[in-house]
Amino acid sequence: MSNRMKNIVVPLVAVLLGVLVGTIIMIATGYNAGSAFIALWNGAFGEIYYTGEVIRQVTPYILAGLAVAFAFRTGLFNIGVEGQLIVGWLAAVWVGVAFELPKFIHLPLAVLAAAAAGALWAFIPGLLKAKFKVHEVIVTIMMNYVALHVTNYIIRTVLSEKSDRTEMIAESASLRSPFLEGLTDYSRLHWGILIALVCVFIMWFLLEKTTKGYELRAVGFNQHASDYAGMSVSRNIILSMVISGAFAGLAGAMEALGTFGYAAIKGGFTGVGFDGIAVALLGGNGPIGIIFAALLFGSLKVGALNMPLEAGVPNELVDIIIALIVFFVAASYMIRILIDRISKKGVK
Amino acid sequence: MGLMEILLIIIPSTLLWAAPLIFTGLGGNFSESSGVVNIGLEGLMVIGAFTAIVFNLTFVDVFGSMTPWVALLAAMVVGALLSILHAVASITFRADQVVSGVAINLLAIGAALFLVKFIYGKGQTDIIQKGFSKVDIPFLSDIPVIGKLFFSNTYYTSFVAIAVAFLAWFVMFKTPFGLRLRAVGEHPMAADTMGINVTRMRYIGVLISGALAGIGGGVYAQSISSDFGHATISGQGFMALAALIFGKWHPLGVMGAALFFGFAQSLSIIGSSLPFLENIPNVYLLIAPYVLTILALTGFIGRADAPKASGTPYIKGKR
Repeated sequence: MSNRMKNIVVPLVAVLLGVLVGTIIMIATGYNAGSAFIALWNGAFGEIYYTGEVIRQVTPYILAGLAVAFAFRTGLFNIGVEGQLIVGWLAAVWVGVAFELPKFIHLPLAVLAAAAAGALWAFIPGLLKAKFKVHEVIVTIMMNYVALHVTNYIIRTVLSEKSDRTEMIAESASLRSPFLEGLTDYSRLHWGILIALVCVFIMWFLLEKTTKGYELRAVGFNQHASDYAGMSVSRNIILSMVISGAFAGLAGAMEALGTFGYAAIKGGFTGVGFDGIAVALLGGNGPIGIIFAALLFGSLKVGALNMPLEAGVPNELVDIIIALIVFFVAASYMIRILIDRISKKGVK
Repeated sequence: MGLMEILLIIIPSTLLWAAPLIFTGLGGNFSESSGVVNIGLEGLMVIGAFTAIVFNLTFVDVFGSMTPWVALLAAMVVGALLSILHAVASITFRADQVVSGVAINLLAIGAALFLVKFIYGKGQTDIIQKGFSKVDIPFLSDIPVIGKLFFSNTYYTSFVAIAVAFLAWFVMFKTPFGLRLRAVGEHPMAADTMGINVTRMRYIGVLISGALAGIGGGVYAQSISSDFGHATISGQGFMALAALIFGKWHPLGVMGAALFFGFAQSLSIIGSSLPFLENIPNVYLLIAPYVLTILALTGFIGRADAPKASGTPYIKGKR
């Protein structure tokens, strides 16, 4: 089997294995697996309302997946998407409540503020990696928690008076669309999905079709060779983190300007940033793969909410399945060996 | 409020918050010293906390006042079992260790909440009746001043944690096993040439990390939260990871860092009742452990270097 085929088959096998183990868990705990999956399907595609919600959920997933994937492609592991998303969320809301401007200025400004905030948050680990050789995984994890506590503090003291949430953003900064909402039976679907799809194109174009993208990938493959060829390794590392962080910040803007319209005190993480790792991995870090993976995880997440209602199965089952998919993709060495064995037998 | 009274509040609270971090941080130390990065500490703590609470609620009539300790053993076993997944993925199947750790974290919280709903039919467990309770440690608490400060109104688990830290230091730096473990983490090929079974040592390292993180979660659940829900463990595992780095991958350093982070955490909670802290926003105390870790890694507070082979799978015959 060719490598190209394998790259498509491996994620599919991982998804199947994840669903299989999820089914076994349901059978072992005495739940009706069949009705659970029907409830899952109905919860994602049974009504147009649910489908609208799926696309809404897919929007930040695509962007978070892009953020992780972009860093991956350039040899970096950005676990800090969650933190960059949170600061992006805050920045977008901040711009959304602080100004009163015409829509064609206000909305882009709020979106760009989110991207800039995410980029800034990712700039720090990039800089530390480039200048001090500090591993970006640990720094980004730590930055996640700093982001969580600092944004909570700002929401409580600066953006509100000791309240748990900010006020709503101005209409002129909102991504909401009565047209899309009407189309999907009043789901929270908003224009953000277009931004996400444009970003998919931007990532593909940047990495595959520009000199800078070539440099970024080269540094990811082999720092010494790139250095020898006259590329600035440290500048490319920082740039890569900044672009990745900007995507993550945009994911935050989707939640801020589209889904919620405000920022609230968070007791814990949103989880979107970590699910972004799953999206990027399953999507093989490629633009098309990310869209499909985001669709899968988005519909799983939204559909899961219907499982307790219709089938009496806790929706956490889907979290288990997602975790297992990540696990099986990570351990794809096992699946690749398996495929090799099977295809060799076929030849004989 | 006099200094003595302030210390009487701060020291027991520091010890209380530090204990889970010490256990979990030491766990991470065993794993990373053997060359396997363990981002899954958070998830292992989650599963430990979940196991301890469920065990405690179920068997409190059987074991009576010993329940929390037996529950810790159960948490230890289940933590070790879950860590096998991480070991198989990252050692045998050469998975990206960070990704596998992320999967462990996602899996643990998903599985724990799924099982809570399955067993109790709601999103959160009841509050346990027999947790670890405050004690005056016999004899030691009678020592003037020191006894009152360190050994009164405190928890046995904190002292067990400190004892385990010294034990870990002894095992890692004074026994052949420890030397082999560290050798495998620094230069697996050299270790392999000397006849050390790299795979086996790494499995042991990861299993110990799972066991200790399970205990850490169990201690947290039974002395601080007293029940289990989605937010019971939120960031404790990552803070233990921070303690591991701030402590420079050395058991006693890890203990020191964990005590310091415990201090910062307890200040962020009780700070508003202390006269000199009431005007400082507690956000500074909340982010202190994380910021300090970044500074430590950057080299501002003495350089922290990870074991050399940490994070790379060992493939026999590959140069």
